[in-house]
Amino acid sequence: MSSVSIRQIRKSFAGLTVLDSVDMEIAPGEFVVILGSSGCGKSTLLNVIAGLDDCDSGQILIGDVDVSHLEPSQRGLAMVFQSYALFPAMTVRRNLSFGMEIAGTPKATIAEKVAWAARLLQIEALLDRKPSQLSGGQRQRVAIGRALVRSSSICLFDEPLSNLDAKLRAETRVELKQLHETLKSTMIYVTHDQIEAMTMADRVAVMHKGKVEQFAEPQTVYEKPASLFVAGFIGSPAMNFLKGTLEGTLRFKTHDVCLDASSYGFAAGPTAAEVILGIRCEDVDVVERGTPDSIPATLAFTELLGADALGWFDCLGQRFSVKLTVDAARAMQRDVGFRFNMSKASFFLAATERRL
Amino acid sequence: MSRAVQVDRPVFGLRVARFGLYAFLIMSAAFFLLPLLLIISNSLKPLEEIRQGNLLALPVRPTFDAWITAWKSACTGLECGGVRPGLWNSIKIAVPSVAISTLVGALNGYALAQWKSRRANLIMLLVTIGLFIPYQAMLYPTVKILSSMGLFRTYAGIVLVHVVYGLPYTTLLFRNFYVGVPDEISRAARMEGASFLRTFWSVILPISTNILVVVAILQFTGIWNDYLLGLIFAGNDNLPMTVQLTNIVNNARGSVSPNVNMAAAVITAIPTLVVYFLSGRYFVRGIAAGAVKG
Repeated sequence: MSSVSIRQIRKSFAGLTVLDSVDMEIAPGEFVVILGSSGCGKSTLLNVIAGLDDCDSGQILIGDVDVSHLEPSQRGLAMVFQSYALFPAMTVRRNLSFGMEIAGTPKATIAEKVAWAARLLQIEALLDRKPSQLSGGQRQRVAIGRALVRSSSICLFDEPLSNLDAKLRAETRVELKQLHETLKSTMIYVTHDQIEAMTMADRVAVMHKGKVEQFAEPQTVYEKPASLFVAGFIGSPAMNFLKGTLEGTLRFKTHDVCLDASSYGFAAGPTAAEVILGIRCEDVDVVERGTPDSIPATLAFTELLGADALGWFDCLGQRFSVKLTVDAARAMQRDVGFRFNMSKASFFLAATERRL
Repeated sequence: MSRAVQVDRPVFGLRVARFGLYAFLIMSAAFFLLPLLLIISNSLKPLEEIRQGNLLALPVRPTFDAWITAWKSACTGLECGGVRPGLWNSIKIAVPSVAISTLVGALNGYALAQWKSRRANLIMLLVTIGLFIPYQAMLYPTVKILSSMGLFRTYAGIVLVHVVYGLPYTTLLFRNFYVGVPDEISRAARMEGASFLRTFWSVILPISTNILVVVAILQFTGIWNDYLLGLIFAGNDNLPMTVQLTNIVNNARGSVSPNVNMAAAVITAIPTLVVYFLSGRYFVRGIAAGAVKG
């Protein structure tokens, strides 16, 4: 078990900033998911941690050791690649033992470790096959096995589930989580899939344009997004947004409507400013048109999702999604009113797009 | 929904097209094989039959006399030992030249495929330019360089020349193959602690069988059939078969024996044919792999 400190990592490529002063402190044994859409720099960050890519400036510390200038193999890391990257000409057994052979590990130890990993991942029957004779899920297991036998205290994953079908992905997700609980090693996991991030992570780092927008527990990221980007990126359907002004008297004013914002937990004291109100689909109450303190809204259409339903409304010129029960969706009137649960809403300063 | 799937009979037009295709393929094969058949048929004729002047006639009394003469007693200039000594010379030149130029080309190609920068592209461009310069233009400088190294007209010299002249070609072929190999495989090997050379040797070379065979065959054919470089750089003790073949054909002394000349030509061509037959399977596979991935 080791901690990982990422300090002020910068990298640009052909004039394009890929990583912009990335800072992260990862505790020993933590499962950290780096989440972002493609091109946000998350894979580059992982490669920089692994030592496969150079960074322009900054430091990587593993434990207390500065590894910024060490070769990947000297950093004590293991990595699982997106395409699995098994060595095609070698059997599964050789794939697992190759790294230890290079390190000069005694034969008996190698055999022992390979047997241990094979038992753990249930790939014992596959040991003498070539990668081309394996299915996608089996290759995935072998790739994880190759990372495990290195007995590294830190394991890096680069979108390891993205090539699996939906069912296998869900199963492997659970297995990986269990594996983490068994091995207790530090894991850094890159993905663009927010379900993977929400379910597996101890903490999620949401990246956007080479910056870490927010690094917090999954539930915090969902409930208290640190920036407008995080708010829009996390959650499905996306958060509803409303532009307006915050008046010092704890009132949010938009168009000709005034809302009481006194129940909102401001990080700093509220200021009069242009803001954006963000509210999740489950934090909107649909009431009868004309109820006091409600905003008029018009139903556009509903979607039944089985367990629950989504209603799409037009409100103050914006399209709003609202979570409903199936019965409520069936009986929904056309003209209704909205009441927002302000204690669960998010305010973002329009100028900086940061949370207030 | 349980309607049986109907198997369509080939339409008449399609059958005609198929017939045309085969006719074309057979004609092409005949076109290329005819000279070979002629040369073999004439090499089996005794001299009297040749003198009758009918090139296309099949041998009436086939004999291997011409082959035996070509093999061990035809005159190549002052000596009369046939092409036999040339065979060993050709093997001894071709085998190390092919092995070295193929392996070094593979290493070069892998390095250039891995190294992603503008400079690597520039180097690749320069290497490619090496392909387009005719040997004749490089002969004189090469002679000067080799003389100054003391390698002109030596065995080591001719091998070196073949290796260097072969490298642009082999490097290009391997580089195009390795560009199609996923980068993550090399990165995974690096994570496992494998050095560049170790990765090349243990991970990359074992998946390169097809392209190795293709390049080795192309190189072998090229080097075996080479006449110019052998004549200039090999020196009298190492003259390859092709040079001795020319000497037999051009020998001014005595009468001209076309049957012996043809037999000598066939003998000289046999090793490349054998190589193609033995490795044809890999060759087709490798060409296809290169075509898809290149």
